[in-house]
Amino acid sequence: MYEILEKKVLGPQVTWLVVRAPEIARKRKAGQFIILRVWEEGERIPLTIADADVERGTITLVSQSVGKTTSQLATLEVGDHLADLVGPLGTPTHVEQVGTVVCVGGGIGIAPIYPITQAMKGAGNHVISILGARNKDLLIMEEMMRAVSDETVVVTDDGSYGKKGFVTNALQEIIDSGRRPDLVIAIGPPIMMKMVVKVTRPFDIPTLVSLNSIMIDGTGMCGGCRVSVGGKARFVCVDGPEFDGFSVDFDELMQRLSAYREHECMALARWKEQQAEPK
Amino acid sequence: MSDKPVLTVKDRLKIPVQPMPEQPPQERIHNVREVPLGYTPEQAMREADRCIRCKKPTCIDGCPVNIDIPGFISLISEGKFLEAAALIKKRNLLPAVCGRVCPQEEQCQLHCMVAKSLKDPSKAVQIGKLERFVADYERAQGELPVPELPPKTGKKVAVVGSGPAGLTVAGDLILLGHDVTIFEALHKPGGVLIYGIPEFRLPKAIVQQEVQYLQKLGVEVKYNYIIGKIRSVEELLDQYDAVFIGTGAGLPNFLGIPGENLLGVFSANEFLTRANLMKAYDFPHSDTPIYRPKNLAVVGGGNVAMDSARTGLRLGAESVTIVYRRTEKEMPARIEEVHHAKEEGVKFDLLRNPVRIVGDEKGWVKGMEVIKMELGEPDASGRRRPVPVPGSEYFTEFDAVVVAIGNSPNPLIPRETPDLRTQRWGGVIVDEQTMRTSKKGVFAGGDIVLGAATVILAMGHGRQAARSIQEYLTTGVWDQAPQAGTQ
Repeated sequence: MYEILEKKVLGPQVTWLVVRAPEIARKRKAGQFIILRVWEEGERIPLTIADADVERGTITLVSQSVGKTTSQLATLEVGDHLADLVGPLGTPTHVEQVGTVVCVGGGIGIAPIYPITQAMKGAGNHVISILGARNKDLLIMEEMMRAVSDETVVVTDDGSYGKKGFVTNALQEIIDSGRRPDLVIAIGPPIMMKMVVKVTRPFDIPTLVSLNSIMIDGTGMCGGCRVSVGGKARFVCVDGPEFDGFSVDFDELMQRLSAYREHECMALARWKEQQAEPK
Repeated sequence: MSDKPVLTVKDRLKIPVQPMPEQPPQERIHNVREVPLGYTPEQAMREADRCIRCKKPTCIDGCPVNIDIPGFISLISEGKFLEAAALIKKRNLLPAVCGRVCPQEEQCQLHCMVAKSLKDPSKAVQIGKLERFVADYERAQGELPVPELPPKTGKKVAVVGSGPAGLTVAGDLILLGHDVTIFEALHKPGGVLIYGIPEFRLPKAIVQQEVQYLQKLGVEVKYNYIIGKIRSVEELLDQYDAVFIGTGAGLPNFLGIPGENLLGVFSANEFLTRANLMKAYDFPHSDTPIYRPKNLAVVGGGNVAMDSARTGLRLGAESVTIVYRRTEKEMPARIEEVHHAKEEGVKFDLLRNPVRIVGDEKGWVKGMEVIKMELGEPDASGRRRPVPVPGSEYFTEFDAVVVAIGNSPNPLIPRETPDLRTQRWGGVIVDEQTMRTSKKGVFAGGDIVLGAATVILAMGHGRQAARSIQEYLTTGVWDQAPQAGTQ
């Protein structure tokens, strides 16, 4: 089960995996995610379903190697199997025709914004995509995003590709040019989503963000993923992952994401040592 | 063994309660191994001799699944341990689990005539310990024999959730010749038996073995299947003749006080799931991390609170404090669990209620403001209602807080199944006798119906549901939907 059928390296530390999961492929909708375990003693991590192929019975996962589990995931090859894969989880994106939709993807956030962009375009919206990365090498899925967008703006922090600047600059430019998007959807690092909301709030442009908090079961059982939205504790796994950006307490989210930082560093260091040891 | 002297009732009443040997507290808090070590055959036979063989055994009435208690105890007296196990299994497929986690003192043992004759409830025949003994004895013999199964009926039943309710339904129905498939959301079977109840109270190997036995009988278990997401209940009904929902009380309640989202505040579910299901106590050998508190507060007074507190100690906490708003008398936890927690050094701050959790500049818990409580008039539960003492707030330092104040029914399936009627608080509404829900062909039981209750009540529900599913599969008759307001 859960065999890896394709693997690509999209950039430094970014891995693209096509995994056999026919039932999830059939059921998943834009905005949903899965939880996987790499091996028998592995932790459960959530990853967005970046794409799916119903006929082939596969889903696509894009993972950035930041900790031990994602690093280990990146070592899997075609023909290897994941220990566990469960999904689709979370509430799907509410897709409807609203007019002009700006889809903002920052860094690895481009992977989860892709299926939503595709769905928004499919619903007849005029879709403007803003893709941001630290530099050219870290920009992923550009062609795929262009294919499902009416307009695409690429920005890099260092100007090595596209325009120099942040996604927020590009979004501000669109708004300053007199165009008023009917909806903005932003997925990326929490700080980026927080800044996007800062740009859209003065214009009262509805803004959705997709949160990636720490989870275990993904069914609402542990409550580890809770985050304050509009002053109320909401569970990202079942109530989300998408929320109204104006209501999310991003500072709390960032804080909660740091809960196991020490453990994460220790586990990663240990993993690297193990990898370096001659077999 | 047959030359045992005949004992009179008087003789039997004179035999002292046989204590079960336990790991010493100071030793066991440094490991996750089971606390009680089990009876030897001699101890079990001696304890079994304490049963006075009542003509009308009231203990059976106290058992939610009506095990023939005097019957199996007699067999133990005679040294026929495997026969005793077989007799229990006629009514209860999970004796090793129930012998450990059932609240016998409120059920069978509460009705024990020995305790009544001796005017001391703690002197009841130790039915739970004896049940555990025979189950362990049987397991130690290796491969369990598979009973002869009836011919296949061709009927298919889907069981959602592999906790105590689901396992019971599956076990009962497979023995009736139906095909049974269990859909489990997690990567391991057992539900709360695996994610919630700690290793030191219920070794996971026992749960695994019970499930393997069901698999040997032909039950199919599908892991990583979240019904309501990957398939709807409606879709299950396309493929299965009946569906049982036993998805449990997997939605943690929080206090709703300021500071609850600080780092270092965990639901008991999260804390226990990390430690049990994900084996975080073994980090970094297992990948899931857990915060190892130094000075832990556990809010709540139930078994889950005791489990969390004792797990905290095993993670190396120097101090663990139970913060509970009533007195020890009102605590819902089993006496044995409270006793074990105390032995291990857990402190009890009773008649206290958290007001807010306070964090440091990095967002980590540094303590809790607590208010003193006193007991007022009895409330709906019959327990005296705790009332805050005005102006009695004070601050105590803690570096972590586990919230163990109960769980609500998991909303995933009810949310995705509009024609499944639920109580306002989330419980699925069923007919109490038949466990039928408002949806044709769909039955429910356990914590999804009761809210957070006990393993044995869930199993009792499972038994009832299995009987009712059997009737439905045989007759095809679906009576009208349950009345509003029934459980």
